Amino acid sequence: MTTVAITGSDLRSFLDGLPGVDRVGAEARAGVLATRSIKTTAKRWALDMAISMVDLTTLEGQDTPGKIRALCAKAKRPDPADPTVPTVAAICVYPDLVHVAAAELQGTGIHVASVATAFPSGRSSLEIKLADVREAIAAGADEVDMVIDRGAFLAGDYRLVFDEIAAVREACGDAAHLKVILETGELATLDNVRRASWLAMLAGADFIKTSTGKVSPAATLPVTLVMLEAVRDFRESHGRQVGVKAAGGIRTAKDAIRYLVLVNETAGEDWLDPHSFRIGASSLLNDLLMQRTKMATGRYSGPDYFTMDS
Amino acid sequence: MAARAAAMAWRLTSMSDAPAAPARLAVRKTYKLYIGGAFPRSESGRSYPVTDQKDGFLANAALASRKDARDAVTAARKALAGWSGATAYNRGQVLYRVAELLEGRRAQFTAEVRAGEGLGARAAEAVVDAVIDRWVWYAGWADKITQVRGAANPVAGPYYNFSLPEPTGVAAVLAPQDSSLLGFVSVVAPAVVSGNTVVALASESRPLPAVTLSEVLATSDVPGGVINILTGRTVEIAPWLASHMDVNAIDLTGADDGLADDLAIAAADNLKRVIRPRDSDGDWTGRPSLHRLHAYLETKTVWHPIGT
Amino acid sequence: MPKFEYAPAPESRDVVSLRESYGLFIGGEFVPGISDETFKTISPATEEVLAEVTEAGQADVDRAVTAARKTYEQTWSVMPGKERAKYLFRIARIIQERARELAVLESLDNGKPIRESRDVDIPLAAAHFFYYAGWADKLDCAGFGPDPRPVGVAGQVIPWNFPLLMLAWKIAPALACGNTVVLKPAETTPLSALLFAEICQQADLPPGVVNIITGAGQTGRALVSHPGIDKVAFTGSTEVGKEIARTVASSGARKKVTLELGGKAANIVFADAPVDQAVEGIVNGIFFNQGHVCCAGSRLLVQESVYDQVLASLRRRLTTLRLGDPLDKNTDVGAINSPAQLAKIRELSQAGEAEGAERWSPPCDLPEKGFWFPPTVFTGVSQAHRIAREEIFGPVLSVLTFRTPSEAVDKANNTPYGLSAGVWTDKGSLILWVTSRLRAGVVWANTFNKFDPASPFGGYKESGYGREGGRHGLEAYLDV
Repeated sequence: MTTVAITGSDLRSFLDGLPGVDRVGAEARAGVLATRSIKTTAKRWALDMAISMVDLTTLEGQDTPGKIRALCAKAKRPDPADPTVPTVAAICVYPDLVHVAAAELQGTGIHVASVATAFPSGRSSLEIKLADVREAIAAGADEVDMVIDRGAFLAGDYRLVFDEIAAVREACGDAAHLKVILETGELATLDNVRRASWLAMLAGADFIKTSTGKVSPAATLPVTLVMLEAVRDFRESHGRQVGVKAAGGIRTAKDAIRYLVLVNETAGEDWLDPHSFRIGASSLLNDLLMQRTKMATGRYSGPDYFTMDS
Repeated sequence: MAARAAAMAWRLTSMSDAPAAPARLAVRKTYKLYIGGAFPRSESGRSYPVTDQKDGFLANAALASRKDARDAVTAARKALAGWSGATAYNRGQVLYRVAELLEGRRAQFTAEVRAGEGLGARAAEAVVDAVIDRWVWYAGWADKITQVRGAANPVAGPYYNFSLPEPTGVAAVLAPQDSSLLGFVSVVAPAVVSGNTVVALASESRPLPAVTLSEVLATSDVPGGVINILTGRTVEIAPWLASHMDVNAIDLTGADDGLADDLAIAAADNLKRVIRPRDSDGDWTGRPSLHRLHAYLETKTVWHPIGT
Repeated sequence: MPKFEYAPAPESRDVVSLRESYGLFIGGEFVPGISDETFKTISPATEEVLAEVTEAGQADVDRAVTAARKTYEQTWSVMPGKERAKYLFRIARIIQERARELAVLESLDNGKPIRESRDVDIPLAAAHFFYYAGWADKLDCAGFGPDPRPVGVAGQVIPWNFPLLMLAWKIAPALACGNTVVLKPAETTPLSALLFAEICQQADLPPGVVNIITGAGQTGRALVSHPGIDKVAFTGSTEVGKEIARTVASSGARKKVTLELGGKAANIVFADAPVDQAVEGIVNGIFFNQGHVCCAGSRLLVQESVYDQVLASLRRRLTTLRLGDPLDKNTDVGAINSPAQLAKIRELSQAGEAEGAERWSPPCDLPEKGFWFPPTVFTGVSQAHRIAREEIFGPVLSVLTFRTPSEAVDKANNTPYGLSAGVWTDKGSLILWVTSRLRAGVVWANTFNKFDPASPFGGYKESGYGREGGRHGLEAYLDV
């Protein structure tokens, strides 16, 4: 069991005693890393790696089985004109459409991630949240992206947030890995991002994830930097490697490559793999494909040459 | 036959008096308001004729309404966070670029000032020179105001204490009636250089150079809403600005004494910072005094203990 | 073989067109030296010769000072401030327009990474001209009286570590205040100054306002001791700074002098510091610009209770530093500027080992040609060690410990130098307590190596006197 045993007051002391994060310094470090120039062979490698790390996502009220099927087709064959393109890591959908995705993706190795726990707001009872999780897993999800209770976190009730994560982790059992969405845009400070990261890892998260994508700002380089530092330090002290997922607002290949550089120079290359880093996105995939095509053909491409996923 | 000849004859005589049409007709400019970075006509649909010194027609300018003034204040408030939050260096750069654009448009401004104020060619050129150099002077103030106005204060205790100038917010500015460009720039620039945003009411009888200035602003890097320019009747618009509860300061220069007093009374309702013209402003050609630069600044003083 | 290998990302040299040889820039024109002496400037990364440069002799110095004096009397000091301002604005703009060319040239001649010359040196140089341009027409508001006058002709000698930026620090305030200048760039980095001369021509700057004379120590001596100079400005080693102070004192002439000299700054890390940012600050403090920084945080004073954690973090962080071709956009650490400097760094590092400190560097491939030194950390250093007292001016960090805030302050101040210092802690009152007690002219709290034209820079004690930057920076160039 990956949940660490810890009392409520010890938890509070630990989290409040973590070293602070200087925002200006963190943003400056992320800014310098964003100037890395990734070209030629490095760029080709990075584009393919990024594609293989994408959690291709649709989380709309208007999603239908048809939309999910189209998404899965795209996930399996991102570029119909080029079979060398890697498949994505996973698709990410609402729990009631998991069954459609599971049927489409059976045997492909592409994971089915379901959001859960009253996504995106997290404002519901624990009972309902756990039911949400169980249904998703029963329908075939092998990854669960839960949201933390941000209200409880900001009110200082770390114990409640911890217990909810631990309960969801238990409900996932061996059937699914658990990503914990911190919703960093609502946590406001980098100090809170650090605390929430540690809280989630101590409670048993397999992945910590930046955002639901429904709140702005979603993923940013400085926020992801702080989370990568946290997983690096957590492996050092607890011997367990937790993954990081950056979700929301990552639209271009250039952005995605910046995240890979961030991973490489912060947590290190052990995290440069879909089992430890993911990018939650939708339109990003086509930009990755466009850049890949440009590298292969030497010409700038256009949207007509890439498939829509709906 | 005779009728035809008569018709021909009639045509020939009437043609000899016909005034000649120009070989090429100029495309005249439409003078609109400048609000939030866009050029709307007045929502009232009104305009008024602007004439030169000899009552010759120059153009129809937009006649702003109280709703235009209201919209301008909203735009100025919206632009405030971004403009006051920019670094002083950035504001200086942006304002300096405006001077570059003004220099490029010298001829246009010279012609408009000449026509509107009835100046000779050389005098108009001198005015435009002064406008550009004054704008450069103000641009260079952006990153120096804090050093001249701020201070660390030696309080008698283990505290670090410092005072910093901050922009007061949205300023309404009634531009001088006579000096349509130099005077205009001299009352608007000091507010924006320190991070305030402005709703300016141009000279009522000589509004055109200010509108051309708004075109320069629109093509510069000055964000929309930082400077908004209205044209119209001072007695109609000024009271709405003076009584507006979301305006933080008002410069009464363009109002005559009687009106100015009434405006100052209205301004007291939310304790706007009130600026009155001074003798030292003169005809605007002399070196600006610093009173307008200081007038739009608040001072924030912060304490922090010093200890282990 | 790393998983994510960054491919070479070289910035092209094509944007720069180097001449084979350069004359002296005197009276608005490039002219040959009177004595025909020349020397070569090389790229410290590859040792290739970049160009031949003129060695200015005494006669050339005379010519230059005469041109500066003439233009001062007849043109520049009588020109209204608002006109001077506009020349400086033009120069600032042209620096921005030619930014890429200047950045590549600077990295070629100096050895510093292109990312730094592109993102730090050149933008700051332009900013200095913008900032001081804005003072030129409002000197009466600067707090020096209603009509402060310039000093006259300034003789300025600058170092090789930030060639164009040091030029901007010297020339911008001097010109803004109405002085004319004769400037000598360092002998290993003359090229960006010579390109600056072209920029002065493009800006139509009146001939003689700026004069650039290239040469080495001899030329510098001739310049600062010239009777036609009213003001001496020098940035360089403390040793030479003292020599200049003596020369000026013994010459009897009343010259204004400002000196910006060496340092051995303490970077103090308290137990409650934001650790990841503190480590960045340590790295930036001593490895930025290969440690060729007078205000480098070359002594790390870490609170003993967090020593292990900070050092472990630091070592881990240093393994991601990329050393190599200065023109590669991903390079973090470039070349050492000259064989002389490399020899000095090696000598002091050997002394460090000999005196018993422990030496560590991350694994580093040094290129075959050129002058290179890996980022190096010495632990177990005490105040008495040479590497804790003497300025190394290279990528070498000496680590000491302390227990209490008072001890940190005492150790930080226990040096003849006093240029800069750093403090890392989450506690505001402690920042203010420590900074108020540090005898250093520039103190960075929770940051390091931050520069701005509005921020005065200069040292206490043997790090020199006078301030450059800000309103304070005007004083050196006004007759007040």
